[in-house]
Amino acid sequence: MNGGSVPPEKAGTVFQMKEYKGLLSWLSPVDHKQIGIMYFITSLTFFLVAVSLAMIMRTQLIRPNHGWLSSATYNQVFSMHGTTMVFLAVMPMLIAFMIYFTPLMIGARDVAFPRMNALSYWLYLMGGLLLYFSFFTGGALNVGWSAYAPLTETNYTMSKYMIGTGVDYWIVGLLLAGAGTIMNSVNILVTVAALRAPDMKLSRVPLFVWMSAANAVLMLLAMPALNTALVMLFLDRHLNALFFVPAAGGKPLLWQHYFWFFGHPEVYILILPGFGIISEVIPVFSRKPIFGYAFLAIATVAIGFLSFGVWAHHMFATGMNFTVYYVFALASMLIAVPTGIKVFNWIATMWGGSISFDTAMLFAVAFILQFTIGGLTGVAFATVPIDWALTHTYFVVAHFHYTLLGGTLFTVMAGFYYWYPKITGRMLSEKLGKIQFWLMVIGFNGAFFILHFAGLAGMPRRVYTYPDLPHLASINLISSLSAYILALGILVFFANLIVSLRKGKPAGDNPWNGATLEWATSSPPPPRNFERIPPVRSITPLWDLKESGRLPDTLPSSSRERDNE
Amino acid sequence: MSRIRLAMLLFVASESVFFILLIIAYVVYHATTPSAADAFRYLDVPKTGIFTACLVGSSFTMWRAGIHFRNGARRAALALLFTTLVLGTAFLAGQGVEYVSLIRKNVIISRDLFGTTFFTLTGFHGLHVFIGLTMLGTLFGLELKRGIVDPLRAVDSVSIYWHFVDGVWAVIFPVVYLWILQ
Repeated sequence: MNGGSVPPEKAGTVFQMKEYKGLLSWLSPVDHKQIGIMYFITSLTFFLVAVSLAMIMRTQLIRPNHGWLSSATYNQVFSMHGTTMVFLAVMPMLIAFMIYFTPLMIGARDVAFPRMNALSYWLYLMGGLLLYFSFFTGGALNVGWSAYAPLTETNYTMSKYMIGTGVDYWIVGLLLAGAGTIMNSVNILVTVAALRAPDMKLSRVPLFVWMSAANAVLMLLAMPALNTALVMLFLDRHLNALFFVPAAGGKPLLWQHYFWFFGHPEVYILILPGFGIISEVIPVFSRKPIFGYAFLAIATVAIGFLSFGVWAHHMFATGMNFTVYYVFALASMLIAVPTGIKVFNWIATMWGGSISFDTAMLFAVAFILQFTIGGLTGVAFATVPIDWALTHTYFVVAHFHYTLLGGTLFTVMAGFYYWYPKITGRMLSEKLGKIQFWLMVIGFNGAFFILHFAGLAGMPRRVYTYPDLPHLASINLISSLSAYILALGILVFFANLIVSLRKGKPAGDNPWNGATLEWATSSPPPPRNFERIPPVRSITPLWDLKESGRLPDTLPSSSRERDNE
Repeated sequence: MSRIRLAMLLFVASESVFFILLIIAYVVYHATTPSAADAFRYLDVPKTGIFTACLVGSSFTMWRAGIHFRNGARRAALALLFTTLVLGTAFLAGQGVEYVSLIRKNVIISRDLFGTTFFTLTGFHGLHVFIGLTMLGTLFGLELKRGIVDPLRAVDSVSIYWHFVDGVWAVIFPVVYLWILQ
C-alpha cells in the first residue's frame, strides 16, 4: 500500500501492489478499482477489434468497385463494428470510469454491492465472447447493429453459405451484457444515494458523479426496452412466434419502435459520462471551479428526461402522420438547449482561466469543437425533410461519428490522460500524448468531415462498394487515408498505455492539482480507498484545503515545468 | 431507506419497462388484428379469476408476514410466509393447467398473433412468479433454521419483488382476460 508518506520514486504501479498479485486475485476481484481495471482492459481490447473492423471497411471503400471483400463479408464487418463499438467497447469503457471513480469521488470505500459489481463484469465479458464466437459458427451478425426486422427472421438469415446463427449469438450476447449493465446502474445509483462521505451533499458531488447517476437512470430504464425486443425476436426465431412476421400480421415497425426507444437513450448513455469527464478536466486545467455547476447538473437531468421522448426521429422515413413528425422533431431540437447550456458552461469555465494545454485538456477542447459540429448536424436531422433526403446516407455516418468518435472517444482519451496516473501510479507520456492527439484530430476530421459530402452526393451507408460517380472516388480515398492516420494515433495511444506503465514518471497523489476527492488518496489508491476523508465544504474540497494551508502544493501545475524536472 | 430496499426498487423499475412493453405489444396486436385473434375465446375467465384471487391474496399474506416479522412474532410470520408460498404455487399450477388446455385446443405460440403475444406475456410473468417463489422458498427455509443475518431486510426486499409480480398480473388480467368479455 502506498501511503501519502512514501516518496513518489519508490511508488510501484497498480500491478505491483500485493493485494492485486496472482491469478486468483484477478479471477475473483470484488474491489471496484480492480473490477474497473478489468473493465478498462476488456473494453480496450474490444475497442481495438472494432477499430480493426473499421479499417477493413475503409480499405474496402478506398476505391470504387473494389472487389476485395464480398458483400456478405462486408455486411458482417460493419454490423460487428457497430455492435462492438456500442455495446462492448465504448459503453463498458464509460462504465469502467463510472465504477472506478464514482466511489472515490464521493469518498466511499467501494460500490454498494461489490459482488454484484463482479457479476456485471463477468456477464459483460461472457456476452462479448459469445458475440464473437458467432464468427466460428458460420457467420456473425450481418444486418447492422440496429438489426431491423424482418431481416433478422429465420427465413431471411438462412442462405446457401450461412446458417444464420449470427443473429442468435447477437441476441444472447446482448441479453447477457445487458443484464450486467442493469446491475451496474443499480449499483451506481445506490452507491451515490447511500455511500457519500458525511459532508458530501448532492449539491457538492463532482459533476462526473452527477452525470454517472443520470446515466445509470438511463441505462436502468432503456436496457429493458432492448431486452424486450431481443426476447421477442428470439421467440420468433426459435419458437416460431410471429411478432415481426408481416405475412401473419406481425409488425416489423414494432421492432424499430422498441429498438429506438432503447437506442436513443443509448446514444446519451454513450455521451453523458463523457460530459462528466469533460466537466472534471476543464476546471482542473483552467485552474477555475466549474462555471454554472447547478445548470450543468440540471441540464444533464433534462437531457436524460428528453432522451426518452425522441426515439421516433430515427424512423422519420417509415411514414408516420404529421402530428408525430412535429412532436418528435420538436422534442429532438429541444435537446440542443440543455446541450448548448453545457457547451457554454465549459467555455465560460475556460474564460479567464489559467489554462495549461496538457494532453487531457487538448482532447477536452477538441471534443467541444467536434461535438458541436455533430450536434449541429443532429439539429439538421431533426428537421423532417432533411432527414428524408439524407437518411441512410453517409451524412448519418458522419453525423454520429462526430458525436461518438469526435465526441465520446475524445472525452475518453481526456479521461485516460487525466486519470491514468491515479489508476496506475504512473504518468502517461505527454510527448506521445501530443503526437497521438494531433494524429487523431487530423485523422478523424479528415476521415469524417468529408463524408458529409459523400452523403450529400447520395452515397448510401452499409453498402459494400460504390460506382465510379463524380467525386465519390476522391472523397472516399481521402476518408480512407485519413482513417489510417486516425488508426495510427490510436496505436500510439496503446503504445503509450503500455510503455508508460513501465517507464512513466511516478505520479504522486495529485499530479494535476485536482480538486476532487479521488486525488486525496495515494496513486494507485489502497484497497479501501482512503485512510482519512478530507472535509468537504464545496465542490472543490482539495482546493479549499490548499487555500487554508493544510495541503502543500507539492507539484508544479503545467506540463512544461514537469517535463523539465 | 436501506440499500437493499433501494436496489430492489430500482430493479423493479427496470422490470416495469420490460413488462409495459410486452403489454403494449399485446394490446397493439389485439387491437389491430381482430381476425387473427379468435383464439382468445378458449380462455377460461372465471377459472383464471380464482387463481388471480390466489395471487392477490398471496400479496396480502406477504404484507402481513412482514408486519409480524417486524413485531417479532416469528411463528405467525413463518406461517404467513408459508401461506404465501402455497398461494403463489397455486397460481402457477393454475397457469400450467390453463396452458395444457390451450395447447390441447392447438392454441400455441406459433398459431397466430394472439398465441404469440399471450404466451410471451403470461409466460414471462409466470417466469417471474417462479423466481419469486424460489426467493420465498429460500427465505422460508433459511429463516426456519434462523440462517439469515438480517431477516427484516431480506423479507422487505423479497416482499417488494413479490408485490411487483402481483401488480403486473393486476394489469395483465384485465387487459388479457377482461377485455375479451366485452
